[in-house]
Amino acid sequence: MWVYLARRLMYLLPVMLVVVSIVFLLIHLIPGDPAAVMAGADATPDDVAKMRNVMGLDRPLYEQYGRWLFRTIQGDLGRSIFLERPVTTAIAERLEPTVLLTTFSLIVALIIGLPAGILSGAHPNTWLDKGMMVVAMLGVCIPAFWLGLNLIYLFAYKLRLFPPGNYVSLSTSIPTGIYYMLLPSLSLGFGQSALIARMVRSCMLEVLAQDYIRTARAKGLSEKVVVYVHALRNAMVPTSTVIGMTIAVLMGGAVITETVFNIAGVGRLVVSSVLRRDYPVIQGVILFIAFVYVVMNLLVDALYCLIDPRIRYD
Amino acid sequence: MQSTVEGQTEKAAAEVRTPFLSRHRWLKRLLHDKGAVFGGSVMLFLVVVAFAAPLLTPADPMWMDPLNRLRPPSRAHPFGTDSSGRDIFSMVIYGARISLIVGLSVMIFSSLAGVVIGLLSGFFKTLDNIIMRINDGMMAFPSILLAIAMMAVLGPRVSNIVIALGVVYTPRMARIIRSVTLSCRAITYVEAATALGVRDLVIAFRHILPNCVPPMIVQGTFVFAFSVLDESSLSFLGVGAPPYIPSWGNVISMGRLLMIEAPWISLFPGFAILITVLALNLLGDGLRDSLDPRMQKMNQ
Repeated sequence: MWVYLARRLMYLLPVMLVVVSIVFLLIHLIPGDPAAVMAGADATPDDVAKMRNVMGLDRPLYEQYGRWLFRTIQGDLGRSIFLERPVTTAIAERLEPTVLLTTFSLIVALIIGLPAGILSGAHPNTWLDKGMMVVAMLGVCIPAFWLGLNLIYLFAYKLRLFPPGNYVSLSTSIPTGIYYMLLPSLSLGFGQSALIARMVRSCMLEVLAQDYIRTARAKGLSEKVVVYVHALRNAMVPTSTVIGMTIAVLMGGAVITETVFNIAGVGRLVVSSVLRRDYPVIQGVILFIAFVYVVMNLLVDALYCLIDPRIRYD
Repeated sequence: MQSTVEGQTEKAAAEVRTPFLSRHRWLKRLLHDKGAVFGGSVMLFLVVVAFAAPLLTPADPMWMDPLNRLRPPSRAHPFGTDSSGRDIFSMVIYGARISLIVGLSVMIFSSLAGVVIGLLSGFFKTLDNIIMRINDGMMAFPSILLAIAMMAVLGPRVSNIVIALGVVYTPRMARIIRSVTLSCRAITYVEAATALGVRDLVIAFRHILPNCVPPMIVQGTFVFAFSVLDESSLSFLGVGAPPYIPSWGNVISMGRLLMIEAPWISLFPGFAILITVLALNLLGDGLRDSLDPRMQKMNQ
């Protein structure tokens, strides 16, 4: 397994190189003079020249790329123009709400998605299955921001059960922090729960059609044992991939949910940076999230070996 | 020789006599799929509505009527009005145009680029490693985040949304086309063409490309659906369509600030997005099942 992981790590290097290069190239896709765009509409030629110098845009492209690569490898993502501090510091300051939102949303997605998928797969083509799959389909199609707005309208304004937004750190009060996270997590996690339910169902159907399940039934095991002990374990192997991917997708989705619920996380940092044209922050955040995605992929692959002993990578 | 020609003529005549649906079994299967028929009908309806927008709407979507501010749904304004008295129904109808144009354009963009990249990658081993590493790198970004970053760079315009989302979805399309190409390369007639000395590019684009069309159509439908969702998300965040364009995302974003006084502003465009994306997903599922019946068996 360690050999395989080492090989996977080696394979990740070119992918990360591509990721870093794409993020570097983003600035150079700005139509016209990137320094002028970043300095703003009211900037004087002096301001633009200063910006060009600060951003290193006055150097040859290969030198800019080399410096960018060298800095990034060292974990230096540049300096925010607007916040006037290193991008890594800006991300670190906003990371807690995003990590919590992502974690809670994943829990919501699993709590709803797994039982729904297992039940649907165990009882295919019944009303239960059809009903759940209709809800799952709606979950895939519903815009997360619109669902969030409707949840706020219903649960915060009409029923007054939950706060309409904002964030309370768990270090301040754990129950209050969880209470404030419930609506945003439901809004972000619901769509992913639908994807997980569909995936689990299809895996269950595939596993339930296999010979060893027929054997388990033939030897007189109860249907519950066959489905929930024998089939479920194997159905969870491909599902674990989806769950791994879900974390990265949720981090991307947090951009929207944080805006809807006024949570000052990494996602809102991106949106406000887009509106302020603070490109180093945009570059830093998308690089950070892409890195999380790549690492999650690696972890999922490693988990494969643990979940399913049949899988050997050598 | 004579008999061969006659045989071909008879065969051609038989093809003409055979009912259309018998010759296109996938279409017959598609028409038996209730979800796909529903999805297709909704999309057809939306296209008609988007085309006939000026005939269906009572007013220009941007026409302000300060005397009728924040009116709830009524006979005169079926979906109510916003804080400037603009008719939400007109905005939703005109918004369909933006969503359909963006969705269709992204679908065409990513299909064309994805087919070329996927075919080249699947056919030329030397190119494959380079292209697939770039592809993996592109797919490491969550789609909405890469689209936001590209919009930040390109600026908020509808054409830029198409470019941003097209770039985001091309690697996903390319990956599918590559896998079809790889499996087709092992088919006997492709081997025969190679043995006969047919040029690689001709084999790729003439003999393998037709096999890529069904998965391309299926994936294209899903790309269409995701693009509608992503466009509305980008506009909602203020980095998509400019605020003066009545896209569904823009209307919901405007309604967000007036949720308590006028919930209808964001309610109806949200339903429009939900129904469109649902229709496209149902159509995509139906197309997948009908073009590849093995998938249908697996799903059942």
